[in-house]
Amino acid sequence: MRRILGKLIEDRASLLGLVIIVLLVLAAVLAPFLATHPADVAEFHTARRLTPPGAENWLGTDRMGSDIYSRLLFGARITITIAFTAIFVAVVIGVPIGLIAGYYEGLGSDLLMRVSDIFLAVPQIVLAIAIAQTLGPSIENVILALSATYWPFWARLVFAETRSCKKEPFVEAAIALGCSPWRVMVLHILPSISSSIIVRTTIGMGGTILTAATLGFLGLGPPPPTPEWGRTIAESREFLPMAWWYAAFPGLAIFLVVMGFNLLGDGLRDVLDPRLRRASRGR
Amino acid sequence: MKTVVLVVNRLAWFVPTLLGLLAIVFFISHVVPADPAAFVAGENATPETIAAIRARLGLDQPLHIQFWRYLQSIVEGDFGRSIYTGRPIAEDLLDRLPATLELTLVTVVVATLVGVPLGVISALRRNSWLDHGLRVITIAGLAIASFWFAILLQLLFSMRLGWTPLGGRVEGWGPEQITGFYMIDALLLQDHEILLDALQHMVLPVITLAVPATATIVRFTRAGVLDALQSNYVLYETAMGYPRRLVIWKYVLRNALIGTVTQIGLIFGILLAGAVVVEAVFDWPGLGTFAVNSILSSDYNAVMGFTVVVGTMFIVVNLLVDILHGVIDPREAR
Repeated sequence: MRRILGKLIEDRASLLGLVIIVLLVLAAVLAPFLATHPADVAEFHTARRLTPPGAENWLGTDRMGSDIYSRLLFGARITITIAFTAIFVAVVIGVPIGLIAGYYEGLGSDLLMRVSDIFLAVPQIVLAIAIAQTLGPSIENVILALSATYWPFWARLVFAETRSCKKEPFVEAAIALGCSPWRVMVLHILPSISSSIIVRTTIGMGGTILTAATLGFLGLGPPPPTPEWGRTIAESREFLPMAWWYAAFPGLAIFLVVMGFNLLGDGLRDVLDPRLRRASRGR
Repeated sequence: MKTVVLVVNRLAWFVPTLLGLLAIVFFISHVVPADPAAFVAGENATPETIAAIRARLGLDQPLHIQFWRYLQSIVEGDFGRSIYTGRPIAEDLLDRLPATLELTLVTVVVATLVGVPLGVISALRRNSWLDHGLRVITIAGLAIASFWFAILLQLLFSMRLGWTPLGGRVEGWGPEQITGFYMIDALLLQDHEILLDALQHMVLPVITLAVPATATIVRFTRAGVLDALQSNYVLYETAMGYPRRLVIWKYVLRNALIGTVTQIGLIFGILLAGAVVVEAVFDWPGLGTFAVNSILSSDYNAVMGFTVVVGTMFIVVNLLVDILHGVIDPREAR
């Protein structure tokens, strides 16, 4: 663990990614203390609407005169809630399905993988739109739409890794010693494929945040006055020529966070997955 | 012979995948809502109206019969009518298909022309400042929310500088409809004014869509070239004293680009998905704008029709790529 962390910190790009993610979590947790106008999530000051960035409102104000900086901080909470919960659910569904389908060979396994292939055969955002549209706009439904469309990524990955891991001598030895299938899967196979799962999960976080923001932009995210970043950008379009800050900063926040996860995922892959390092970095 | 087996094999998977897609959409549209009839009827409907709608939509039938009916109507090209405009959804989708295809195809061409050379250079100069710079740029390109990027481009180039139009496909009416692809139609009609206008309208949407697509192509091309460079045949050819230029152009690139061809399917998917929001921002009259308008007016039949059409297109493209891959790379055909 210390070795992995050390290598990550050596790589400047991954370190930057890690720093961004830590800052995001801190911003979300400490939002009420960091915000200059914590009440502005729900409060309006129409006299100050569309004020440019300045000493009073660091990143300017929106159409209601609310402080954009403060709303962005509270928006980080929504982003974190949606992304972490959706990915957690996707992993909890996908990993066991991949493990079981990979460990047992038969019609049931083929069927499980075929179902995940069908989900993968459609662009994620399109299915997520269909689901979120049917269920109606709310945080819970965005999470549901995202986890329902993202679990096959983990099922596919874990399936392939389990199939190849099953042929390793240490797994055969464990089976020969009389370990139960559950014990083999959870205590022998899962730990040795965990690095690919961690890499996939980190990169998946970036993608999930982008998809969630897109749903928000389309009006399928949590309803107003929630300070969700994607929805804020959609609101800003009407005032675009005169209030550039309104659209610019929420998008910058999305970009930085997704970039953070992508950088960290890229670095983690180099450290954790020596087979891929050859092709991707060549160190 | 192997190729025929491959094609038949892939075609055999096509039907179950398509059925699976329809089953998912059916599930989302018929099972997930607590009461689809109430959903269709709206908020102020009386119980009698809801019951009438339920009977009209066949929702009082068992699920497997409903699914069978749904399949029948899809096969007949009937996607139902828009709850909002009352027009047949299949017709609307068909009208808008050429606009989206034109946009995505031009983007694929642009992304390939830019991405492949950059990926090759990046791999040949591994660990140079250029390689590191491209790594950061491609990661950034995949992190940008396309709807945000589109809005910023619009603000800078259309509103501030006035270089490009704000949105749409052309000023006023398009060229006389022949193929529905404005650029081809303008060329066929020899109308240079419309051709130039169409090109101008295309610049910003294509740039927006091309960013993530190009980043993906660069990364895959780079990995493919690096893989080929480290293979035994390249080592052998270098040891035999082949000039490096010949080794790279004749052996490395040819093998590395096979992988890139496969990525085009994936990229087409990224583009179809990206088109949803990019079209909406640039008011591009394609499937994406249709989907967004349908979402905004809660036109739920239309959203499902869009899902089926785009999903089917994606599956068909992947099928074609799979077959193409098998044809150009004999190792795959086994």
